[in-house]
Parts: sequence; C-alpha cells; structure tokens
Amino acid sequence: MKEKEVIVKLIDLSFAYPYRDYVFKKLNFNFYRGERVGLVGPNGSGKTTLFQLIMGLLKPNGGKIEIFGKERRTEDDFIEVREKIGLLFQDPDDQLFSPTVAEDIAFGPLNLRKSHQDTKKILKDTLEILGLSNFEDRITYNLSYGEKRLVSMATVWAMQQKILLLDEPVTWLDEKTIAQMIQILNNNPCLSYIIISHDKKFLKKTTNCIYLMDNGNINKI
Amino acid sequence: MANLIKEKFSEGDSFLHKLDPRVKIVVALLFSAIVAVTDRSTPLLGDLLFAVGLIIIAKLKIREVILRLLVVNSFTLLLWIMLPFTFSGEKIYILNSLGVSREGIKYAFLLTIKSNSIILVGIALLSTSSIYNLVHALRHLYLPDKLVQLSFFSYRYLHTIHSEYIRLNNALKVRGFKSQTNFHTYKTYAYLIGMMLVRSYDRSKRVYNAMLCRGFKGKFWTLNHFSFKKSDLVGGIVMISCIVGLVLFL
Repeated sequence: MKEKEVIVKLIDLSFAYPYRDYVFKKLNFNFYRGERVGLVGPNGSGKTTLFQLIMGLLKPNGGKIEIFGKERRTEDDFIEVREKIGLLFQDPDDQLFSPTVAEDIAFGPLNLRKSHQDTKKILKDTLEILGLSNFEDRITYNLSYGEKRLVSMATVWAMQQKILLLDEPVTWLDEKTIAQMIQILNNNPCLSYIIISHDKKFLKKTTNCIYLMDNGNINKI
Repeated sequence: MANLIKEKFSEGDSFLHKLDPRVKIVVALLFSAIVAVTDRSTPLLGDLLFAVGLIIIAKLKIREVILRLLVVNSFTLLLWIMLPFTFSGEKIYILNSLGVSREGIKYAFLLTIKSNSIILVGIALLSTSSIYNLVHALRHLYLPDKLVQLSFFSYRYLHTIHSEYIRLNNALKVRGFKSQTNFHTYKTYAYLIGMMLVRSYDRSKRVYNAMLCRGFKGKFWTLNHFSFKKSDLVGGIVMISCIVGLVLFL
C-alpha cells in the first residue's frame, strides 16, 4: 500500500499563553491526507490553540511544525499553508467582515488572484452547494446566527481547499442546518479535515477517527 | 452613530445612487474646496441652491436630512453666539456693553451657508453610495492602499465596537442596572467602557487573523468593477460646470 502523505506533523510542540501555564508540552500529532478527524476535549484544553498554531496565527514556544513536508516557522512560511488549508473560526462574526455576503465570499478567491470570471463562478457554485442561493446581496451583519454560520463556511469553501480545520462548526445550530453540514462534508470525499466539536452524533457521521485532547496530551480514542 | 452604521441613505435608485462613486467623490471634493475658499454671498447662495437641488434629485427623506443638518447647525449656533460680539467692525447694535458688529454677522452667515452646503452635497453624493463602494472608488482614484484600508477598518470596527456596546449594555440591563448619580453607576460605566475596548481589540485581532487565513496579503481586490458609463460622464460634467459657473459668473 502506498504510504499516506502527512499533511501536518507536530513534533514535541509546546505552547503557553503569556503569564499562564503551558497549554501543552511536547505534543506529537500527525494528520494524514484523506483522514477525517474529530477532536474532542474539555473547554480550555487547547483545541482552538492547536488550530491557530497550525495556521501560524500563534507561534509555539518550542518544538517543530511541519506542514506539507516542510518546516514552518516564519510568517512567509505560513502563507502557502493558509492558501491550502482552510480554517473555519468558532465565531462567525470574526470571519465575516464585508458588508455583503457576495463580497465576503469573493474575498478569499480574489486574494488567491483568481480572475473576476472565475471568482463569480466560484461564488455562484459555493452559494449553491451550501444552499445559500439568493443570499448574495444580503448584509452580513443582519443575518441570523445559523445563516452567519453557513456563510462563514461558504467563505472558507470558496478558497477551494482540500484540507479544512473546522472549529465547532455546528454548535448552536438547529437540526436541519446540522443535517445540511453533514451532507456537505460527506458529499465531498476528497476532503481531509479536523473538526472540533462537542456533538458526538455529528462527529460519528462525519469523521472516521476521534482524538481526545486533555491535560496537554492528544490521544486516539 | 446608528445612522452612520446603517448607511440609511445608501439604498435607493435615483440618478445619484447609480452614479459612479468616483465621479461623486471628485465632484464632492471640488465643491467643498470651492465653497470653502469663496467668501462672496451671491455665489455661496447659488451653491446652497445647487446642494438642495442635488438632495431633491437623490430623492432622500427630507426629515432624515433635516435631522442631520440639526447636528451640524448645533455647531454653527455656537458661531452665532460668539462671532457677532467678538468680530471687530461697524457696530450696528449695542447690547448692554457688548457691540454687535455687521462683519461678525456676515461672517457667521457665510459660515452657516458654507457648512450647510457642504454637508448637503456630502449627503446627496457620498451617503448615496455604500461605504464599501466609496472605499473601492478611493482605491481607483489612486489613494494609497494604507489610507484606504485605514478608512475602511475604522468604519468596520466602529460597527464592531457599537455592537459590543449594545451587548454589554443589555447584559447590565437584564441584571437590573439603572444608571443613577452614584459611585456604583460611575464604576459600572468605567468597567463597561474598559471591557468594550479590550473586547473590540481582541475581536479586531481575530478578524485580522481570519483575513490572513483567507490569503489576505495587504491588498483589497474588488469583486464589482465600476464601469464608467456615458451617464456618469455627462452627470460629472454637468455638476462640475455648475460648480465652476457659480463662482465665475455670480
């Protein structure tokens, strides 16, 4: 069997917020292409911190982060990472900053220097896939919470990345919207992702292995 | 503040709403500059008429426009209280020991017309575009990227801070807080403001991080390109000739 490609390799990673105890010390974790990982753990165990380290939004106090087989250290190293790995933030209000849904979704593709024609096509496809057609001209801060959630998912989706990090994508969503999320993820078998969630039922339907993060350790369960 | 955030005037389908924001910015800028340096009353009255005319063309709610003018004129009221008594010149009336000077009144009158005309044109031309379009237009007018971003984010975070304030204020209210003249109220408001600043700062960092994650490298790309139509050219030329004509011929 062909050996699976490691996307993210964390080696002896340590991190602490200033003036606080270590969130984790010498953490080791591998994430392979094709994996669909659920990440659970108590509040404050460092799940979101882990995502931010992978995206280069936080800098580790020790250890190594290897992504796509290359060590990532500087801000420039992470530019490529951010283009290929999508992060869905916990709070949709952090993700949406443009006045209209269309402009927010187009923000990513335009940053990737897609042409206007391509961007408009991506926009249309994304809205359709997420069941948001007719949302184009809606004002982002007038959306309901569930709608904001779907639109922020759309902004990540529009980057057309094959690897996603989803931070509590279904918290506070109603059952219908959760079902929609499950369908979206399962309809795209070429995706690899890590999902942070407290919703066991949701993880069961969308992931094929679950890691528990607790006391600075990460273990498969 | 709420007005500013809701962009009340930006929705509509009048000729001015559809006009290219670049044209509008250039015209508004030219108008403000000319009005600011003109000091004869006839052309200024003409300018005021021009401004009122634009408001009519923009089909805006007159009540809302007047409400905004009231804010501006609360400042000009101060000028009316100060200038007539402090300006040297021919005294036309003696109030107790204070002389009211003709020049002072004239000066206050001109300033009132100037400020109202500029505000009216600002409302008719600038508030009829959304902030996002104006920001794009500034970029297309070759304003440096840093300045454009600064103005966009100040606007964007004003909204964030405002909603943060509403959220915290509601949290106070549901726990029975009433503002009174006592130490408890002062302390609570101090906490509220402090918390608001800290939270908005944190949020702004998170929003910026979210932007980085979507490949932001310091440049804003626009989705909808402006197309410069014939009506934009005609509208721009007509307005500019009006403004220039008013100064030259009146």
